[in-house]
Amino acid sequence: MSRVRFMTLGLLSSLLLPTTVTAQEMMEDTTARKQALTTWGVQFEEFEYRYSDADEELGVWNADIFYGTDELRFRWLTKGEYEIQEQAYESLENQLVAQTPISKFFDAKAGVRFDTPEGPDRTYAVLGLTGLAPQWFEVDASLYVSNEGDTSAEFDAEYELLLTNRLILSAALDATVAFSEDREIGQGKGLSSTETGLRLSYDLIDRAFAPYVGVVHERKYGDTADLAEAGGGSTEDWFAVIGARIAF
Amino acid sequence: MKKSFLAGLAALLMPAFVLAGEYNLTVDRVQIDTGDFVKEGIGYNGESPGPVLRFKQGEEVTINVTNNLDEMTSIHWHGLILPYQQDGVPGISFPGIQPGETFTYRFPIQQAGTYWFHSHSGFQEPDGAYGAIVIEPEGREPFRYDREYVVQLTDKHPHSGDRIMRNLKMMPDYYNRQQQTVGEFFSDASEHGFMNTLKDRMAWGGMRMMKADVEDLQGFTALINGKGPDQNWTGIFEPGERIRLRFINSSAMTYFDIRIPGLNMTVVQADGNNVQPVNVDEFRIGVAETYDVIVRPRDEQAYTIFAESMGRSGFARATLAPEEGMEGAVPELREPARLTMADMAGMHGMDHGSMDMSSSGDMPSMDHSGMAQMDHSSMSGMDHSAMMMTEGGASDPFYAKGSGIVPVAANGGKFLSYADLRAQNPLYEDREPTREIELKLTGNMERYTWSINGVKYEDADPIRLQYGERVRFKFVNETMMTHPMHLHGMWSILDVGADQWNPIKHTISVQPGTTVYMETEVDEPGQWAFHCHLSYHAAAGMFRKVIVEGGPDSTQAKTDAVAGNGGEA
Repeated sequence: MSRVRFMTLGLLSSLLLPTTVTAQEMMEDTTARKQALTTWGVQFEEFEYRYSDADEELGVWNADIFYGTDELRFRWLTKGEYEIQEQAYESLENQLVAQTPISKFFDAKAGVRFDTPEGPDRTYAVLGLTGLAPQWFEVDASLYVSNEGDTSAEFDAEYELLLTNRLILSAALDATVAFSEDREIGQGKGLSSTETGLRLSYDLIDRAFAPYVGVVHERKYGDTADLAEAGGGSTEDWFAVIGARIAF
Repeated sequence: MKKSFLAGLAALLMPAFVLAGEYNLTVDRVQIDTGDFVKEGIGYNGESPGPVLRFKQGEEVTINVTNNLDEMTSIHWHGLILPYQQDGVPGISFPGIQPGETFTYRFPIQQAGTYWFHSHSGFQEPDGAYGAIVIEPEGREPFRYDREYVVQLTDKHPHSGDRIMRNLKMMPDYYNRQQQTVGEFFSDASEHGFMNTLKDRMAWGGMRMMKADVEDLQGFTALINGKGPDQNWTGIFEPGERIRLRFINSSAMTYFDIRIPGLNMTVVQADGNNVQPVNVDEFRIGVAETYDVIVRPRDEQAYTIFAESMGRSGFARATLAPEEGMEGAVPELREPARLTMADMAGMHGMDHGSMDMSSSGDMPSMDHSGMAQMDHSSMSGMDHSAMMMTEGGASDPFYAKGSGIVPVAANGGKFLSYADLRAQNPLYEDREPTREIELKLTGNMERYTWSINGVKYEDADPIRLQYGERVRFKFVNETMMTHPMHLHGMWSILDVGADQWNPIKHTISVQPGTTVYMETEVDEPGQWAFHCHLSYHAAAGMFRKVIVEGGPDSTQAKTDAVAGNGGEA
């Protein structure tokens, strides 16, 4: 009955108001909501001053700048160690990678890495996996092939222990393995180096600014250690660090 | 038929006799002062919240909305039944309102009750663009009151909506300051044993899920009618008067547990529709829901309206008092809620059978608010026969068995459950649904992605309904969060097992690990939004377009370019 009524009304109104009844196409949603959400962020996991047991002073950063959607993110990963007395980069590494999810908690990434420290430069192709492992370990594994044809791998893991919801003890491990020797940059075959850090931070402003203190241990192994010794460098260093985690 | 034809004719020929009102709203940049911080935001007619719009059932309203912002805006009339072009969702109902433009909404007011309005553009609503709607019924109301107040809640955050979304995408736990700490590990270990606690943490760590993931967004100041806890919005009463409080939750993300210590509340309306009165001590209001309650303070004293967030990270506070300036005691926040394995039961790849519920009973998670003594046999999930099981114990058929977020009244009394709601006047005849559509509520907290049936709005086909059918929607919550699902334009008849007395709502909360059914009489042509009303979940993709095909105006129901796809249906 209601349908009939509506039809009658429709007929009536089309007689009385012919202009108002035009077949109206329902619109297509072309608003931003229907597009993939694009987002960006900047995170300095490390931004710190290091003082070694050999009185070496370093300025160090390790940052991740990303832009993209859930499906495809572009990341600029930059890290460096600047030797303050010698005014030279002990290491300087920039990676540009594209990253896409491959499982619930893991992404695959691929791109290029440019190493431009004091001394010889290297360019690498990068292939890696990054994500969250069970028990809340943030892990990152990368495989590198340099423009000299040498291959190496790097493994990173980080764990945060919440002493309180703002006071956080984070442990980080970074290990590099080379599958071939690259003498020029002082890399021997096998496990070449590890960096282990323990940092106690306090979230002062949201998660945007968290000052910390900590200790970092750097060690070189095997042929890499021999190459370092031959070049007059150290094979093991302890650092006291002070810095801040920054995110915006 | 003849009569209605004549009525229709009369309506067409004699518009001057129709009750009509014209209203003007400007959309403005405003300052929002919460008492804790002052924040630039968006409001209506120069303030946030905007004015209370008072309509009368049967009225033809004309609302002129002038956009004084430098960006697009829109107003959605939340819960109102109206032609879809007036529904105010950019990209679905209309193109939106350009800066400097005045858009005129025109629609008949077909219903009565408490509703609200808000922007449906970007994050303007969390930024302050919301207000209340009160519609006076044509006939008499089935309850009496001497005075009424709108009590509109929100979770005002010092960060803008855009920034919150970006931070959540960068670090999903950015705003969660209730995570489990080393200290909590040791206190749990001393209470439940080291190994039990370790096993519990390993079980959750293995899933990469957090028991503390009850509220995505903490750090807000909860407001009532735009006033923070210290600014203390006050409603005046004379002792002995019946006061109707129209609670509206306009939060972006926050559920509130509301009580007025010293007063019993009679719930008389939910989502604008009258319900058979229920006396309660406390109730939980989901995002976008409304509840009207009647209270009768008899003493010459101040009463505190206390609204704790579900995750206990904040509270709103207001006062009912015989005179301005009086204050009641403000209770302490209760312990933060913790999810349990039961809340995880809907997670993909898990099923009840594989979970060791007997050992989880020993877990520390189960002990919050005395939930370890749950009588599993007395609850059978959504089994309708068990729906009376809400009095006293911490059980509610609309929460997973053994859930950690089952609400409990602070005074040990009655906490409202969906299962208590019965329609006062069913709007529709009860009939068998023509079909069922399953909607799995899905997401990934670690990526902060939210979706329906695993598909985000950007990749989704519309849900196609046929005019005249009655669709049964089956919500299966496979996430660990509560989702307030809101279908625009048509009523959501919540299945509480009361058949024709099932309550009629516009927003339905689906708790983690549960399945909830609602039925919709598809009686409005056009296209409509259907989404989770948590702002950042909707924006992340837990959103759908619904197309109603056919209907009285079938020339208008021409479908868009993607016709032919079955979509979700």
